[in-house]
Amino acid sequence: MSDIKDDSTHLTEAEAEEAVIEATAAGEEVPAAVLEGAGIAVDTAPPAWRRIITSPVVMTFFFLIVTILVFTAMEPGKFGTKSNFEQLALNVSILTVVSVGTTFVIATAGIDLSIPSGIVLGEVFAVKALSWISVGSGTAVDVSADNTKAWYFIVALAGSLSAGLILGLINGFTVGYLRIPPMLATLGSLGAGLGIALLLQNGVNVATYALNPVATGHLIPHLPNLILIALLVVAIGFVGMHKAVFGRHTLAIGSSEEAARRVGLKVERHLMKVYVVGGVASGFAGFLSVAYFSTTSVAGHSTDNLQAITAVALGGTSLFGGVASIIGTLIGVWIPAVLQNGFIIVGVQPYWQMVAVGVVLILAIYVDQLRRRSQHRR
Amino acid sequence: MASNDASTSGSTAAAGRTRVPALAASSVEKQFGQVRALRGVNFEAMAGEVTALIGDNGAGKSTLVKCLAGVYRPDAGTIEVDGKAVHMSSPTDAESFGIETVYQDLALAPDLDAASNVFLGREIRKFGFLHDQAAMRKQTAKSFAELGVGMVQDLRVPVASFSGGQKQSVAIARAAMWAKHVILLDEPTAALGVIQTAKVLELIRRVRDRGLAVIFISHNMPQVIEVSDRIEVMRLGARVARFERGEADVDRLIQAISGAYTNEVAA
Repeated sequence: MSDIKDDSTHLTEAEAEEAVIEATAAGEEVPAAVLEGAGIAVDTAPPAWRRIITSPVVMTFFFLIVTILVFTAMEPGKFGTKSNFEQLALNVSILTVVSVGTTFVIATAGIDLSIPSGIVLGEVFAVKALSWISVGSGTAVDVSADNTKAWYFIVALAGSLSAGLILGLINGFTVGYLRIPPMLATLGSLGAGLGIALLLQNGVNVATYALNPVATGHLIPHLPNLILIALLVVAIGFVGMHKAVFGRHTLAIGSSEEAARRVGLKVERHLMKVYVVGGVASGFAGFLSVAYFSTTSVAGHSTDNLQAITAVALGGTSLFGGVASIIGTLIGVWIPAVLQNGFIIVGVQPYWQMVAVGVVLILAIYVDQLRRRSQHRR
Repeated sequence: MASNDASTSGSTAAAGRTRVPALAASSVEKQFGQVRALRGVNFEAMAGEVTALIGDNGAGKSTLVKCLAGVYRPDAGTIEVDGKAVHMSSPTDAESFGIETVYQDLALAPDLDAASNVFLGREIRKFGFLHDQAAMRKQTAKSFAELGVGMVQDLRVPVASFSGGQKQSVAIARAAMWAKHVILLDEPTAALGVIQTAKVLELIRRVRDRGLAVIFISHNMPQVIEVSDRIEVMRLGARVARFERGEADVDRLIQAISGAYTNEVAA
């Protein structure tokens, strides 16, 4: 490389072009002077380190760290403790699961407003499934956390996942095949799904302790299962989005549906799969919710969709599709939670959290748009 | 590469038939409602040659290219690959015959990098479900270098940040990587500046020199004369003239396009 740099200004066009080809093949950066010598318009892409520190994920992560440091400095004995962080992690785990799922949906430039109905249906199907298991004179719904069995979990999980699957298939069909705009398609399934959940339960919640160990047990010492599960979901989501062909196609469709279609991707079928991922994640979150809170909560998740979308957007996933970050989503889930928790601990009215999250969200999206506008060229 | 055959146009047409075309259309008809877009059009493209397809707006060039690319199914007539009649009902079918198409509006996913675009839908896989990004990047760099696409300095940045010429080069290089037989280019330089156009034309020549049949649509007559080994002229849904390299000048091409000249024997 150095010999090119040294005499790059003296190269003939042919020589410069040769140098460019060699360097490109070797995967090296080509000096701008050489490119210009070869008659090639120089692309003034910023160097790697600038791209990294200006990436939305890194900026949001920086914001999160600063927030944590500020709260810790203000109330070291209360905020910055292990138990507080464990509680925070437990609080965000279920939201993390749905947010990972909806990152895929948003990566296609779609949106899934039906998350609350997925969660509630997941809860209701879990307890319905448990109620089919006879235990003594009652059903598995009534067993205590001490007398529960692992296969009850599997049955309840199957119920929750099938609820999510059905919802996802419906969303995928209406969005992918019927071409209904995702916001309206999932707004419809949000209402319909919640209605069905309420009908199934006659509007009444059911308590069960049968699934408690799923959330509160410790497969790994000192790590509550709920947090472990959320971390696993993040890991699966990361591989699925960033390492798997599935994620690549998801991003391609979000970036340009037409381009994806032209290279032969089956766009409708892939959108179906993506909404199934979102639906199944919601259904699974419903399962975890029953396990953690020991009850269904048919009216309790109405803003989970907006919280998930906020987390995903804060994490640098573009609402216009094509760009996504699962790690960003993980960070994005933490910001509202840390703000809320921190405000309470330092004695600020917790309602300020809503204001702060709103402002941060708009800022994050504005910065992302600036970045994209400067990147896109005609 | 170019044949310097200076014979008359009549015998040229005959000479063209003695070789087996890499891709050919014969008596192809295509109708959209009341509009007969193609009226028994014939077309041939040879391996190792650049064949230009020219004609006025509405002459049926794009329709013909879409028939050759598997986007449209002809109502009548045959498409032949290496002399064998084929049926193509989708672009994927065309790809299976080694035919790749570069469309006028760029068909790249702007948020993906060059290597991801080149391999989109044909990823190199690990364990069946993961993509092998390192291998794809390496192969892309190798292929770009062979084709002289030295424009892409960083295969990691999204193609959205590339100039129009760079994007078009990525699209053509992708087609060249996958095409075993034929590349169809629909106005590849329409939106480009002078230097970028020169680069793209150079790329087209390099692709041809690899032995592929290159078919391209253009409205730029000097460019067509400069780069083409053969020129086929369409008018009102049929071929009206064809020229070997050196046989046509701009005036003659314009006469053919406007219907004032023909060397095609009426069907």
